[in-house]
Order: sequence, then C-alpha cells, then structure tokens
Amino acid sequence: MTDGILTLDAGALSAAVRSGEVTAVEAVEAYLAQVAVQEPEVDAFLSLDADAAIAAAEAVDRARASGAALGPLAGVPVAFKDNLCTTAFPTTAASKILEGWVPPYNATVVDRVLAAGAIAIGKTNLDEFAMGSSTENSGYKITRNPHDLDRVPGGSSGGSAAVIASRMALLALGSDTGGSIRQPASLSGIVGLKPTYGRVSRYGLLAYASSLDQIGPMAATVKDAALMAEVIFGHDPMDATSLRAPIPALVNALMEGVTSFRVGLVSDLLEVASPAVASAVGRAAATLAQLGAKVETISIPELALGLPAYYVVAPAEASSNLARYDGVRYGFRGNGETAEEMMVASRSEGFGDEVKRRIMLGTYALSAGYYDAFYLRAQRVRSLVRTAFQEAYSRFDLLLSPTSPTTAFKIGERSEDPVEMYRSDVCTIPSNLSGDPAISVPFGDEDGLPIGVQLMGPALSEERLLRAAFALESARAEEGER
Amino acid sequence: MTQWEAVIGLEVHTELKTATKLFCGCPNAFGFEPNTSVCPVCLGLPGSLPVLNAKAVELAIRVGSALSSRVQASQFHRKNYFYPDMPKDYQISQYDVPVNAGGAVVLRSGKVVGIVRAHLEEDTGKLVHKGGDGRIGGADYSLIDYNRSGVPLLEIVSEPDISSAEEAKEYVSELRAILVATGASDGRMEEGSLRVDANVSVRPVGSTELRTRVEIKNVNSLRSLGRAIGYEVERQISEYESGGSILQQTRHFDEASGKTLPLRAKEEANDYRYFPEPDLPPIAPLQAEIDRIVGELPLLPAGRRVRLFGLMPGASSDQVEVAVTEEVWPYVVAGIEIGVAPELVLARAANELAALVGNAGFLTPERFAEVVALEERFSPSQVKLLLKEAVSFDGTVDELVAKVGLSSSGAEDVRAMVGEVVEANPEEWRRFVAGDAKVAGFLLGQVMRKFGKAISGAQAKAALEELARGAAGL
Ligand SMILES: [Zn+2]
Repeated sequence: MTDGILTLDAGALSAAVRSGEVTAVEAVEAYLAQVAVQEPEVDAFLSLDADAAIAAAEAVDRARASGAALGPLAGVPVAFKDNLCTTAFPTTAASKILEGWVPPYNATVVDRVLAAGAIAIGKTNLDEFAMGSSTENSGYKITRNPHDLDRVPGGSSGGSAAVIASRMALLALGSDTGGSIRQPASLSGIVGLKPTYGRVSRYGLLAYASSLDQIGPMAATVKDAALMAEVIFGHDPMDATSLRAPIPALVNALMEGVTSFRVGLVSDLLEVASPAVASAVGRAAATLAQLGAKVETISIPELALGLPAYYVVAPAEASSNLARYDGVRYGFRGNGETAEEMMVASRSEGFGDEVKRRIMLGTYALSAGYYDAFYLRAQRVRSLVRTAFQEAYSRFDLLLSPTSPTTAFKIGERSEDPVEMYRSDVCTIPSNLSGDPAISVPFGDEDGLPIGVQLMGPALSEERLLRAAFALESARAEEGER
Repeated sequence: MTQWEAVIGLEVHTELKTATKLFCGCPNAFGFEPNTSVCPVCLGLPGSLPVLNAKAVELAIRVGSALSSRVQASQFHRKNYFYPDMPKDYQISQYDVPVNAGGAVVLRSGKVVGIVRAHLEEDTGKLVHKGGDGRIGGADYSLIDYNRSGVPLLEIVSEPDISSAEEAKEYVSELRAILVATGASDGRMEEGSLRVDANVSVRPVGSTELRTRVEIKNVNSLRSLGRAIGYEVERQISEYESGGSILQQTRHFDEASGKTLPLRAKEEANDYRYFPEPDLPPIAPLQAEIDRIVGELPLLPAGRRVRLFGLMPGASSDQVEVAVTEEVWPYVVAGIEIGVAPELVLARAANELAALVGNAGFLTPERFAEVVALEERFSPSQVKLLLKEAVSFDGTVDELVAKVGLSSSGAEDVRAMVGEVVEANPEEWRRFVAGDAKVAGFLLGQVMRKFGKAISGAQAKAALEELARGAAGL
C-alpha cells in the first residue's frame, strides 16, 4: 500500500490512516521524499520542518493505537501559506520585515486543520504580504511553476499552488484578496476555492485588505477542496466578521450533478482572455450544458470597473493594516537616533517595492482632499459591482468565466510593468469586491500549461460551486480516459 | 479698553468600568505589572482581530442617555498615525457616526453646556521615558506598558460653551458625577481614568467670532485644569492686547511654573486618514435595548438635587451637594424612605456620615436609616456616637444601643425618670411650676446627671415641661 500513498486523495489517505492500512508516519515520509525531490526545483516553501512533521505523524499513530477517534484529515500532509500564524513555524508573509518572527498563537484555520489530524509540512512562499500575482514579489525567493520551471506559479498563493501541483503536500491553505487562491490554482493546474467572505475565520491571517481577504482550500481535486472546506468553515468568536451560517455537507453533495442549474457565461470576461483560455471556457460551458445545466451568455459590464476599484480599496486598507510593522515590537528594526527615524528606517529597509507602492497608493487615496475622489468613489463602484452580481444571481445559479486571462507567464515577463501584472486579476477581483464565493477548477491546457475556469456564485453557494466544479473535473477525467 | 471673554470647549476621556478591554478578553484593571494584561489583540500582533465588548457599548449608551444625547447606530473608524504606544499604529475610534450625538450637561448654576458627541475608542499604551530630561525628545530610552492598550474610552466632546476656568471645573465635576452615577466610570482623575483636554480661545465680549484656539493636553486634576485655563486665557489676552497673534498649538500645563508651554516646537498638520474599520461590523443597537438601558438609569445628580430641594426648599446647598454624591446618596434615600424627617437625614448624611463613607464597614444605608430614626428618642450627640460605633458593630440596632450603654427609653420611662428628680427636689420644682424658668437648668442637670446615658436632654426638657403643665393645671 505504501507505494501508492502519493496516488491517494486526502479522503482516501485519511481513511487509510484511520483504518490502520497506512500509518501517518508512512504517509508523511512518502510526502517528505517527494519534497526532497521537488523542492530544490520548485522552491515553494519558506520553512519546512521534516522532524516536526514526523513527530506529529507519530502522535497521530499513537492516538490511533490508544483507540482515540481520528479526525477527517488524519495523517494528511498539509502546507500553510506563510501569512497564516503558526506557533511551530516562523510567519513572515514573505517579507523581510518579519524575518524570523514566530507568532505566539495559531490562526483559527491552522488550529482547525491540525485538530482534524492533518500534519503540517511547512509554510509556503507568496508575494510579500499577498501583494502580487506571480509570487515574484516574495522577499525571499522565486517559486517556479511545476509545469514549466521557467514560468511563475501565479500568486499570491503561488507557493501553496506549486506545493499541491508538485504533490509535496496533499492539501494547502491560501488566502484570496483579489484572486490569490484562484489565479495560482489556474496557472498551476489545481483546484482553489475562495469561500464567501466570513465563511472562514480570518483570525491569524496577516491582513492585506481586511474587507476582501478570505482564506480557502487549495487541493489537487474538487473533493479534497470540499473536504478541507468542511474542516475550516464555521463561525469563530475571534473574528467579528465571521458568519454564523451552518456548514453544509460539501463532500457528500458533490455527486448531485448540475441538472437544473442555470449557468451564465460572462461574455465581458471572455473578451479579456487569450484565445486558448476563451476556448477552454467555451468547452466548459458546453460540458455543463451536456450534463443538464441551462447555459446562457450574460454581459455584466460593471465587472470591468472592479479592477480600478480594487486597486484603491485594497491599498487603502493595506496602508493601515501594514502600519504596525514599525520595528518597535517585533520583526526587523532599522537604525535611527529617534523613534521616528527608527520607524522610517525599519519600514524603508524592511518592505519590498510592491508593498511600498501599495502603501503609498493607499495612503494617497485616504488623504484629506482625495478621500472622496478615490476611496469613497471606489466604495461606490464596489456597490455597483455587488448590485450587478445580485441582479445576475437573480437569473443564474452560477456564473462561468476564465479564472485568469492567460496561462502561466514567464518569470520576469510582467515584473517590470505593475499595471500589466494587475490585469492578471481582472476576472477574479469582482467576487472579492462582492464578498461572494468562487472556485477555479482545471479545464484543459495550452501547450502543457494548465487552464482554469472560474465558477462564481452568490453568498453561501459553495455547495453549488463545488458540485459544478466536480462535474467539470469528472467530465475532463472521462475525456482523458477515452 | 477691550473686555475679553474666554471660549472653552472640553474633551473628556473617561475609561469605562468594564471587566475586560474594548476588543479582547484581557482584564481592564489598573496597577498590574507592566505588560501582563495583554494578548495578541491588544498588542496588535499581526493577524489579530478586534471583537467588540458589548458591555462597553452599553455603558456608552447609558452615559449618552444621561446626557440626553441621541443614541444612534454607529460605526468604528481607524484613526491612522504612528506612535510607539499604539501597537497597530492606528487607533480604533469613532468618527462621523458616534454612538451618542448631541446632548447637554446642566451645571449647578443652571447654565447649559452643549455636548457635541460622546464616542467609543480604544486607549493607547503608556510610555515611560527614562533618563535624560524624562520627556520623549530628551530621554535616554523609553519603556512601553501595553496594559492600558485597548482599554475602553468614552470621549465626551463639549460645545465651546464654557466661558471661564471656574465654569470648566464645574462642568468637569458635574460630568464626573454623571459618569460615576451611571456606573460608567470610577471618575478617578489621579489614576488617569478621567483625562481632560481643553480647547481655549478668547474674543472681545459681545463678539461671536471664534478665534484661533489652543489645545491644552492631559490636565490631571480639577485644580490644574482651573490653573491651566486661567493662565492660558490671560496669556492670549495679553498677546492680543500687545498686538500679537495666537498660533494654533497644542500646549501642556507645567505644574511647577503654573504656565502652559508648547508641546512641540513645530506644529504639523495631522491627517489621520480616517476610514471605516473593516474588521468591525457597524453597531446597531435595537430600540428595545436602548429603552431597557434608559429604563435602568439611576436618578442622576441633577435629579437628586431636585428631589431634595422639593422635600426641603430651604435646604443648605452645601449639604445637598454632599448628599447627592455617589457615596452618600444611597444613605439619604434609605433614611427618607423609612420616614425619618428629611432635614434630619440630610444633616446627618452631609456631616457625620460623609466623614465615614469610604470606610463605612457595617454602617449600611439601612443601618444608617435605623440609627438616624432613633434621634426621636436620643440626643444628637448620642446618635452621632451610635453612627460611629455602627461602623465596626455587627449586630442588630438594639444590640448596638445596648453595647454603647444607651437603653431605649419611651416617653413613659422618661416621665418616670424626670418625676424621680422632681420628687427629690421639691423646692426647685415648686419654683419651676410657679414660672421661674431659671431653675429648669438645675432640674435638667440633675436629670441628665442621673439618667443621661438613657435619655436625651430634649426628651428630659419635654417631659419636665409636660409635668409642669400638669401640675399647674391641677
Ligand atoms: Zn488583550
């Protein structure tokens, strides 16, 4: 059995560990062997702790031996994006300003995943403070796309995406502020779910843009993403924006199909996509129709306004969220004669260019005399997007679009042009602005580079999204078999 | 020559008396070892999030209702600026939609001072500057205690309706009494649970203009507030009269010299970049909830005054001011409620009791009422003695009387005691009945010498006169 460990999905591996067919130590050792081979090429982890992973796996095996009931992720190797607080690993958000900082507490999601029996392998690379779409903005290193090492894995959760794509862990957590789970999932050929805002506690997530940030699962399959979603969903008293909605049985609902679903194919987002991506999305629409969904084209021109609104709201919140990194209490401290000089030095030397760019943008947008023209206007655009979505969801159960306009681009290709980079998120940003859930699922490729399609739905419609994504995934698998 | 008047608005920050801080579960307590009442939230650690303390909102609404404010749905904003005592480098505060808008404080003089707003915000940590000159610019190093970080504050902003240092003091003491009566604050200025900033300007009498104002920061006693404003008003007047002008400035009050001095050499325009706090949903108290809080409000100092002057139109206002204080008022209420003459209650409460509260031991309001009621039978000096003894005496009021060595004497007993003395002094008694008032003193002296522990002089005198009337009528 141990030879086939890497072929098992999370549900199957966890079941095998619970039944004793595979020990957690065997599972973790198989994944650590994979890490030893892949990590030197992919460079996805910011911290790794093989000994701790083995020790945690031994604890799971001992618990089983003592007759304790094991959780739904027993023995499953996981990786956490490095903007999630962990007491067992440093937490840096890929920023030099937090080099070596070890939080005194775990993020709520981390606690939930570990309590379910998962084994933490390490922390994954990201664009510094989750600001970017390629993971090239990391203060530490560049992560490579396992499908083509000259290309980016997407971002900002590029490390988590690359870890799953190269099978160095079975499940990973990412965070998504403007597409940071879905876009790297698309570019790396995995599944990424951005849940409804408030579905997953943000407590312990290093904030980028608080009103947009949402943590979600990244996995090789829709079923694994659903399994992890069940573990991390649910109200948390430590997050005042956390929802009290009941958690649906997501895994069990996957097989229920898409018949009777009304699916809107968003023409405005198709137009921004490359021909290969647009054609993949078209095939996905056709597949859903074949499976019994009613597919129609819809134009939502307001979605185009999302990008500029996002690049005001997110930097504005970031300029405030990142103020605390001042060298006084933790992290990197620069030199200065006075407290003020020390703070200026710490921030000037500790932050990377993209972070500074967004702090400046956001500071400007909130400044006296500019607030109305920028921040307030962006908020009005945000409500336009929300209203447009509401209108669309009154007619459709789901919306279908590309996740990213293109497949993975070359390392360095867009890093000199921030605005071009910002455009990578044009399809994903609207769901963050509205707070609604969305998922990216692989559907085809272009010359070996994965293409993801995005399904969007109204608040709390994750079950529907996962069912439709599962239907697309299953259809692709059957196609492959033919 | 121009006559000048002062235009003063006050910002009072009060720490709310909650068990825990505004956004986390850390104890809200004074006097802990530095940095022991802290957690990821109030230290502003990366990833931490605020969760609003409902009790703080309730206390804010109580104060707002007591100030006749409009209690409204409100929102938190972030006030962004860098300072080492502020762990997130922004303060969670309220901005354009505070929990309480408008309102007024009515001073004892009857003057009405308008309230602009009373809003919730979090306190900062505390900097302790060590070495050098002990100020932030010149210290060798500084220590930061974050125990105070995240403590709930209510900032109460007045209209610039105050026109003298004396009135400012009156306003703060009235506001303080309201805060204490509503249970929102312990009102201790010396522990920093009440902090006052004053905005001061002057203008020619009769003018309605608002000239450049100076903000005096963090004055820590009523006396200093009066001195600081007094100095600042004089300074501004003489500046204008000598042809100068006033800079918009923040100044601090130097206790030693009695002067206000500029806080910073260069005044920077602050842009706090307020925006709605995305981590906290708006507060939308239900009307039923507001009604419940208003219904539970105690009688406030102004209402207490009205009640006492209603019962005793000629009462001494000094005594009334003592009686309406938070510590004394429950005793006054207990005395009046069991039917003791209000004048008597007021006198004992404002004098003997006021000296004992704070360390009253077994002298509860109920016991106070019982003892003061005894003044129909005992002399004032005996009742005062009983009050003093009651502090350390754990027993019934009869046992207290016995312990002090007084026995309870009814009118019958008193007549019998006086009768005994009369019989023993027939000659003096005859002269007294015949109308020689001078011998009354001798007879009463005899009574008191013999029975003074058991009866009061007033009782003895009344019995003596009654017996005399009886004898004359024979
Ligand atoms: Zn705390």
